[in-house]
Amino acid sequence: MSIENASPDHGHHAAEGETRRDFLFLTAAAFGAVGAGSVAWPFIDQMNPAADTVAMSTTEVNLAPIEAGQAITVMWQGKPVFIRRRTPEEIKEAEDADLSTLRDPQTDASRVQKPEWLILVGICTHLGCVPQGQKSTDVRGDFGGWFCPCHGSHYDTSGRIRKGPAPKNLAVPKYVFLTDTTIRIG
Amino acid sequence: MGSKERQQFDNPVIEWVDSRLPIFTMMQKEYGVFPTPRNFNYFWNFGAIAMVMLVTMIVTGITLAMHYNPSTAGAFDSVERIMRDVNHGWLIRYLHMNGASFFFIAVYIHIFRGLFYGSYKQPRELLWILGMVIFLLMMATGFMGYVLPWGQMSFWGATVITNLFSAIPLVGDSIVTLLWGGFSVDNPTLNRFFALQYLLPFVICAVVFLHVWALHVTGSNNPLGIDVKSSQDTLPFHPYYTMKDTFGILVFLIIYVAFTFFMPNSLGHPDNYIPANPLVTPPHIVPEWYFLPFYAMLRAITFDLNLHLAVAGAIGATLVYDFCWLKQPSNILGVFLGKVRSYLTLGLLSSKPVGLTFFIVVAILAGLPGALLAFFKDMPAFQPVIDMIPFKSVALMPAKLGGVLAMFGSIAVLFVVPFIDKHPVRSAMFRPWYKKGVLALLVVFIILGICGSKPAEGYWVPLAQVMTLAYFGFFLAFLPWLNNNEPVVRLPGSIHEAVLAKAAKAVAVLLLAGLFVGAPVVGAQAQEAKAPAADAVVVEDMAVTSGDTGEVRTQSMEVETPAESAEQAVSAAPDTEKTPTAPEPVHHEAASAHHEMPKLPAVAWSFDGPFGVYDRASLQRGFQVYKQVCSACHSMNRVAYRNLSALGYTEAQIKAVASEYSITDGPDDDGEMFERPGRPSDHFKAPYKNTNQAKASNNGALPPDLSLIVKARTGGANYVYGILTGYEDAPAGVELANGQHWNKYMSGNKIAMPAPLAEGAVSYEDGTPTTVEQYAKDVTHFLAWASEPEMEIRKQTGVKVIFFLGLFALIMYRVKRKIWSKVY
Repeated sequence: MSIENASPDHGHHAAEGETRRDFLFLTAAAFGAVGAGSVAWPFIDQMNPAADTVAMSTTEVNLAPIEAGQAITVMWQGKPVFIRRRTPEEIKEAEDADLSTLRDPQTDASRVQKPEWLILVGICTHLGCVPQGQKSTDVRGDFGGWFCPCHGSHYDTSGRIRKGPAPKNLAVPKYVFLTDTTIRIG
Repeated sequence: MGSKERQQFDNPVIEWVDSRLPIFTMMQKEYGVFPTPRNFNYFWNFGAIAMVMLVTMIVTGITLAMHYNPSTAGAFDSVERIMRDVNHGWLIRYLHMNGASFFFIAVYIHIFRGLFYGSYKQPRELLWILGMVIFLLMMATGFMGYVLPWGQMSFWGATVITNLFSAIPLVGDSIVTLLWGGFSVDNPTLNRFFALQYLLPFVICAVVFLHVWALHVTGSNNPLGIDVKSSQDTLPFHPYYTMKDTFGILVFLIIYVAFTFFMPNSLGHPDNYIPANPLVTPPHIVPEWYFLPFYAMLRAITFDLNLHLAVAGAIGATLVYDFCWLKQPSNILGVFLGKVRSYLTLGLLSSKPVGLTFFIVVAILAGLPGALLAFFKDMPAFQPVIDMIPFKSVALMPAKLGGVLAMFGSIAVLFVVPFIDKHPVRSAMFRPWYKKGVLALLVVFIILGICGSKPAEGYWVPLAQVMTLAYFGFFLAFLPWLNNNEPVVRLPGSIHEAVLAKAAKAVAVLLLAGLFVGAPVVGAQAQEAKAPAADAVVVEDMAVTSGDTGEVRTQSMEVETPAESAEQAVSAAPDTEKTPTAPEPVHHEAASAHHEMPKLPAVAWSFDGPFGVYDRASLQRGFQVYKQVCSACHSMNRVAYRNLSALGYTEAQIKAVASEYSITDGPDDDGEMFERPGRPSDHFKAPYKNTNQAKASNNGALPPDLSLIVKARTGGANYVYGILTGYEDAPAGVELANGQHWNKYMSGNKIAMPAPLAEGAVSYEDGTPTTVEQYAKDVTHFLAWASEPEMEIRKQTGVKVIFFLGLFALIMYRVKRKIWSKVY
């Protein structure tokens, strides 16, 4: 009844009532926390790729027009994919590389399905620029593969990092040969 | 406040920050120990509730803007993509859509609370005006938000509302062109609306800050409307009102999410699921429900202001001034109007009986022909009389401008309420006449809302006109009249005293409340101490100073009774929150466009109700019917083959279905378009290349896209089912043009589509009867799914959310009771 006791501190109450009240307050706080957390999730998850974006994540490519030594760039998930039809020399160079000298050691065989076709995500693993080396007029770096002009990373003819700041080899996307001359990326 | 008075915090981090930026001290002062009247009822929750809704709108709005495309080509599609493809997009959009309505519900209740308890009065005039600024900004934001989805209602709402400004004489048309950024509502309009619609909520935030600041200077009003006199009258804001507000917010949220999850489109219009078409206006344009009362006033002015009516009106206004406003020399507005009056009447009214009679006679002589011209012009019976009226072609103000002025005036008058109502008593609890008036105003406002939702024809027009007069009459005649005439009741000495008296009478009150739960006691009134008008202020002072007398205590007890039972009623039935503000215009279209329509068949759908789900078998059969029959003419552009997994098809089956279609893709390396088999990610292949080809192949009638057909028609699934089964031979005497057919459920009964379904046309593999009714049922089921693919997850989530919120509300109620138990 008394108004003097209306202050939020509740030190003068019996211990039993205290416990029951604390439990009630804790439950309420827990409900608040769970509620806030559940509400937060949809607002975060909405930023993830939407269903149509996920569904569109394959690209089919016809390889027939590509000559040995030539390369094309196709778009997959909004990113450039390098498809290079390698010459025998380039394949040999890639296969002969000394794995112990590599920053991210991978054999060439583990990076291709058919040695002739090198298929890579054309994004420098350093900070995401597109390396040069697709056009015959491009600078291809010290190892005949690709050269990233942003910060000077050199990739070899298997797309492996050989020199410069990039930490990893150029990524190999998931792809399958639908026929001898068509692939589906993704 | 100076940092020297600052109290130290125990936590060193908080102390470090606070000694440099006393934000914690400020929070402690404004929301911790802030002295708050101890006698708030649940109406005082709505400020906090409105705040929660503002935050909800901003959070959902910003996330929607991450996916929305503000262009005429992409807006509608991007909204549908949010509904179908963006993760939880349907949830966020429905929260935003219904959040607008519930923000307005909260704010309308908040405003009415202010009116009822006189919260706008001295010293809170600026607080009230800032609140009205927020209300105005909300209306602008709500209107522009409704334009963004770029449906039919968006487009035509934008057209109608921007055209309001064309009523302004001379510069009106230039202003409208400026608003549009073109010669019609178009891409530039949509772009700027989006930019402003993103900006305005933050402007609202700024004004809310000022609103709260002003509140914390004057302190809150309270149900008794008397000032706080000592610390005994108040409680610290925390925990008493933080906990009570949290409980109230949770109850409000339950109703809000119930709409969001179970009837998300009930407060909107089906027409807005039809993409905007600048060439066709929907038959019945109505704004969002929260604008309806004002919209009704806009439409109520159907007549030009003629000379006669103007003369009668001017005299009427003078008389109203004389009877209602006079004797208020302290009132700035009163003094101003007094000057206007003496000029207008050439001083004739100073000799009262003669002048009065003269003016009343003139008013009647002018008013009768004026009213005939304005309201009965088209009635043949009055034609001979009307022909005799002189000067009838003089139009002082066109109806269009009159309507716009009435609408804006109805909001403007709210701004100046604090300067009209000068009665010394705040709360309607102690103003029996005002109480009746303000409750009548509420009724008038609701009736206006209903009028606004109806087509402007028949008795709705005169009803809206009378209600508009009543609305303005309340503010411009009734309120000033009360200033001089309403007796002043003796007020309780203090809040503290009133609360204690209430506690003493607790048993009696509980009994009373038990008897009258849900039926707020209106009639119970305190004994009035009638006082001559001129002495009003003095009497109030008396009541305040003589607060200790036993007589006053008895007064306060009796007066408290209705307050208590009203509070009980609100807590017992939270739904009543809707009543002041929500005239829901749900079935207006069915009621308006076609009066003699047979009732739609009521099919028992498996997806009805809060636990409804789609029937997979029926969906698959429906898809078969669509594929074999409907898809010959109707596209379903928003549905992709991959979506068919929701029908229960496997990935392989979907690939097979998709590959049946040849999709145009390209350009290839040679720049040519090419054909390839469909993939699951492709959308349903349309039967025609474009709308022109579709029209040309169908006698000039465009078969509508079916993706949203169930959502885009009043009556929903039952309507679609009705159309499919409603074909009949035309009744005798009805001429059908070539290519027209008779359908009993079609608006106007004439439909271009021939009866699409015939018995046995599609063979079902599962042995389901191949009747027209069954086909119609199945394909409607499928189309309902296509319109609302999120329906199942939406309802399931809704059940969980409401269960959680209900439990949380119960716990918070216990918490609140526990904390308040220290006070009573």
